[in-house]
Amino acid sequence: MDILKLTILAFITVFAAMATNLGHDWPYSVHAFIIMLCAAYVFIRTLRQVGEPIPTLAAGYQDDVVRAGVIATAFWGIVGFLVGVYIAFQLAFPALNLDLSYTTFGRLRPLHTSAVIFAFCGNALIATSFYIVQRTSAVRLWGGNLCWFVFWGYQLFIVLAATGYLLGATQSKEYAEPEWYVDIWLTIVWVAYLLVFMGTIIRRKEPHIYVANWFFLAFIVTVAMLHIVNNLSMPVSIFGSKSVQLFSGVQDALTQWWYGHNAVGFFLTAGFLGMMYYFVPKQANKPVFSYKLSIIHFWSLIFLYIWAGPHHLHYTALPDWAQTLGMVFSIMLWMPSWGGMINGLMTLNGAWDKLRTDPVLKMMVISLAFYGMSTFEGPVMSIKVVNSLSHYTDWTIGHVHSGALGWNGMITFAALYYLTPRLWGRAKLYSISMVNWHFWLATIGIIFYAASMWVTGIMEGLMWREVDAQGFLVNSFADTVSAKFPMYVVRGLGGILYLAGAVIMCVNLWLTATGAGERKYNTADAVPAE
Amino acid sequence: MDTYSIFREFADSWGLLGMFLFFIGAVLMLFRPGAKALHKDAANIPFNEKPCRDDFTGSAQIAEDIK
Repeated sequence: MDILKLTILAFITVFAAMATNLGHDWPYSVHAFIIMLCAAYVFIRTLRQVGEPIPTLAAGYQDDVVRAGVIATAFWGIVGFLVGVYIAFQLAFPALNLDLSYTTFGRLRPLHTSAVIFAFCGNALIATSFYIVQRTSAVRLWGGNLCWFVFWGYQLFIVLAATGYLLGATQSKEYAEPEWYVDIWLTIVWVAYLLVFMGTIIRRKEPHIYVANWFFLAFIVTVAMLHIVNNLSMPVSIFGSKSVQLFSGVQDALTQWWYGHNAVGFFLTAGFLGMMYYFVPKQANKPVFSYKLSIIHFWSLIFLYIWAGPHHLHYTALPDWAQTLGMVFSIMLWMPSWGGMINGLMTLNGAWDKLRTDPVLKMMVISLAFYGMSTFEGPVMSIKVVNSLSHYTDWTIGHVHSGALGWNGMITFAALYYLTPRLWGRAKLYSISMVNWHFWLATIGIIFYAASMWVTGIMEGLMWREVDAQGFLVNSFADTVSAKFPMYVVRGLGGILYLAGAVIMCVNLWLTATGAGERKYNTADAVPAE
Repeated sequence: MDTYSIFREFADSWGLLGMFLFFIGAVLMLFRPGAKALHKDAANIPFNEKPCRDDFTGSAQIAEDIK
């Protein structure tokens, strides 16, 4: 087994070294070099362990990888928010592009979206799914160290994607910018993730599969399918980053938005609902309001979401019937979304008083509120008449951020606050008032963000369509850009508040994990509650 | 008929019907007699405070599982 592993690693190292030398373009060579370094490192590490006795695994749950995931989530969160704030100010003050190709908005924008969606949210999903599936199945993660391969493999994917954007490698598909070899690597990592998760569920000691695991499984399987279909392409050369897409024209556009919208539906919704259905009951210390409703929520979400993509292509070359289909399914989606929100909120029935004392629970509630708000706004914006005003304007950006900052961000912060004391064996968080500060900074930040984007989005939408008595357009594009300036500054300030809250969280979590300010605490008694 | 038309016809008829029936079936299943107790159990899974009930023994176990 070791021999096989070493042979493969050696082959990858040598091939990557060759590819560094022969690469047709600069980003490809840099990536090949990074892959060579990683493969060589793992090769040497494996070689040094050959013949050593295999260390027996510690008893209990496999929590090391979850701890690593918590750290990675917090780290990438700060990176992603920071880049986001920077590009928000680039739009207000173009001088911040610095006249360097590496730091232009066009390259930093995918860096921001991928850092927050795939790095911050992705790591949160992997870490929490590993934590939850073990607790609700009462077994260790299946596959021994395979979960570590998933963790480090995913970090390598993030590094390759991020460096690629800065160096100018992109296949120009929104939220799927990485080039073909990065896509293949992510597929391998994702299959390993599926194996670990499925293996754990199959070996479970509980008769039922808890509903959170249904959502996680749907998220993993669907993302695999979306990723593979949307990235079907033929590389021009094995030594270059360029590839040719299999689909073209309107088929390619539809595939892209079938992927794009379901990345929202399954990555940022189904997976996060898995988190919600575990952490909200745990933090409120009450079982979920209605288990039946949670299953109806599951099936209707799965059946409806997958059809909603065409609403991104209203008034394009896409056939009319397909646009209408996307719109109708988007409107129907409102129902399961609100069913899930009500289910989460009603879980607090009889425990509402806890909101007064527990800011972590407060974060969960506000995340559900934002989930409800953005899943109401989304269907409204998917209606063709509304879309004709909102599309291509900043209203879309505001909508995305009320969902991402409000729902995904807040529930992730709450999960990190829940996990850190338990994973590091501490009695409680270092500071509750810091959580309160984080809560208010983030909430006010989102309100600044969403409100300014509504104003600027609707304003520019109206300006674009304004015609005079002779039927000529009144405003030039540049007129809208200068009119938006004040709102862009407000948006940037909202981002600063949100980032500041996240920094406070990191300090708080760090002090919690290291046990600062804790009086002598006997860790032997401090095995987490489960 | 070209592939598109074949797929389109299937999607408009049997495919649509099949998915719709599956969905209705999944929802009706929830209201079958006896489901209430199961759902109560399932809803309480996060609160069954229990240690890892695993007899996992490392790589030997993995090798067996792969088989």
